[in-house]
Amino acid sequence: MTPPSIHPMSPDKVIDYFEHDADVGIVGRGATLEQAFENAARAMFAIITNIDAVVPKTVITVEFEETDPELALVIWLNHILGTARQHGMVFNHFQLRRTHNHWLGELHGEPWRDNLERGTEVKGATLTMLSVQSTKGIWEARCVVDV
Amino acid sequence: MDISQLQALQPYLWTLPKTAHEERAEVLLYGSQPLLKSMDEKVLEQITNVATLPGIVGAAMAMPDAHWGYGFPIGGVAAFDAEQNGVISAGGVGFDISCGIRCLRSNLNLADAAPLLQQLADRLFETIPAGVGVEGTLQFTPQQLDQVLAYGAHWAVKQGYGDTADLEFIEENGCVAGAQPYNVSTLAKQRQQGEMGTLGSGNHYLEVQVVEHIYDQATAQAFGLHQGQLLVSIHCGSRGLGHQIGTEYLMMFVKAANQLGIHLPERELACAPIQSPAGQQYIGAMQAATNCALANRQILTHLARETFGEIYPHAVLETLFDVSHNTCKKETHEFHGQTRTLYVHRKGATRAFGPGHPQLPARYQTTGQPIIIGGSMGTGSYILAGMENNPAFASCSHGAGRAISRNQALKKWQGKELIKELKQQGILIRTRSMRGAAEEAPGAYKDVDIVATDTEKAGLARRVAFLKPKVCIKG
Repeated sequence: MTPPSIHPMSPDKVIDYFEHDADVGIVGRGATLEQAFENAARAMFAIITNIDAVVPKTVITVEFEETDPELALVIWLNHILGTARQHGMVFNHFQLRRTHNHWLGELHGEPWRDNLERGTEVKGATLTMLSVQSTKGIWEARCVVDV
Repeated sequence: MDISQLQALQPYLWTLPKTAHEERAEVLLYGSQPLLKSMDEKVLEQITNVATLPGIVGAAMAMPDAHWGYGFPIGGVAAFDAEQNGVISAGGVGFDISCGIRCLRSNLNLADAAPLLQQLADRLFETIPAGVGVEGTLQFTPQQLDQVLAYGAHWAVKQGYGDTADLEFIEENGCVAGAQPYNVSTLAKQRQQGEMGTLGSGNHYLEVQVVEHIYDQATAQAFGLHQGQLLVSIHCGSRGLGHQIGTEYLMMFVKAANQLGIHLPERELACAPIQSPAGQQYIGAMQAATNCALANRQILTHLARETFGEIYPHAVLETLFDVSHNTCKKETHEFHGQTRTLYVHRKGATRAFGPGHPQLPARYQTTGQPIIIGGSMGTGSYILAGMENNPAFASCSHGAGRAISRNQALKKWQGKELIKELKQQGILIRTRSMRGAAEEAPGAYKDVDIVATDTEKAGLARRVAFLKPKVCIKG
């Protein structure tokens, strides 16, 4: 199936940030809800490291069930963090498919190496300022991540 | 914060008067007028929401270091009665369950130790696993991890990490009862497999500090403190495991809210009646995470001792106290002349038992418990003592609290420059993350002196000593 056409959006706007006192607000945007989730994951990993330097040579899949898209965003981001920690990896590319309540994601990245930038650890995604919505054909997924 | 809507009850105590049809408990905020003015609006909104939760006893309270949190403000305190349909709130405990500070007093003075401080900093940076993607040296099977979750610091001491003498000076003697490791998900346990004995990043640290000023000589003496002495403070919590537990139960509570008949002014306030199966399940998991945090700080204590021993062969590091500041504890309190068993939530707030409390070790029976208010890596920290008649269910501030966001800090400071400046001030920073250093710039935090002073003036705890950082290992 051909993905819906994306409205013109500068690459630097598919991932974005907003203010929170103690932690960091992340934003992912895309033509589909899934793309917005993928870009939210990229926004989160851009806090952890320089994602442009990560080589996406290993793929790990994650899956979960959730009916509520907003809670699904939190579960998705926390699954990725858990998987990264479990495998000692860092990711920079994500693919997500949704079939009804089933979400299947691919995480692309590599194990941590010394010359990857160490940014700030993200402990988890939260329900604070959590929203998933579509406006004029652009999906936006946002929440505060706890660092 | 716009304080025009607040009413001053005392110079350091404020309340938000109720409107005609508002059904909620009292809201109390501790601190001076300037400190309250510097707080963000969200603090008042969040603590007012807390006051609407079922079964709350007395008031919903914000400590002098309060700032915007998750459901509860950070610096939020609230007590609930299980017998009156009171609730347990995952947001009221916080995601980093049992995050806290272990403070160790040494037999070293700065004057003697100074020539080797740089060497100590370098070696601590090698031996204390810190920062994103950095694993500990310990790897656990799921069965071993269950032992950690069940027995906390006792497990760690039994494995040779530290000394039985440490246990007396940890809250609940190093192991909370009622932990249920089987209430912790597989994903939460997987996240923790390589994280035991790690510091993490963000505002977590291991600091070597010097006692720079003493406010209360007699209490300092009872705590074993003197001017010029070196101390070590370790700030961390239950790492990925605690966060995963917090998130999973929060979402469970959100979904069950309607069924439980709980109106939520904000989703992150999701909670369950203490006596409900969901509430009891969370309490079992939370206690397991608390034990995880206590074990984690015990392992880090051991690593710090080994490293000090390499650099200063005659060094002795004794546990002054280990106190958590993201907790919910079942405690007995006198309230309006009655003895009540309450579940006291302290989200970014420290327990502050006063003199004579039966849960304190003999050494602190006459002084009250040691309390640690952690500041930034460039300013300093305070040791305080618990007071009789603390009005906030024996609670007080836990840290300086952020003044500006991490994004704003990144725009304002450069990590390398900052580390250089701090070195010129005699503070050695070791970190793998220049971004993290900039985010944690001393200027990004509130003035810890004001927080500690207001804490004392509000009658929450009294100042004993001020500690200046000399070495800081950051994640």
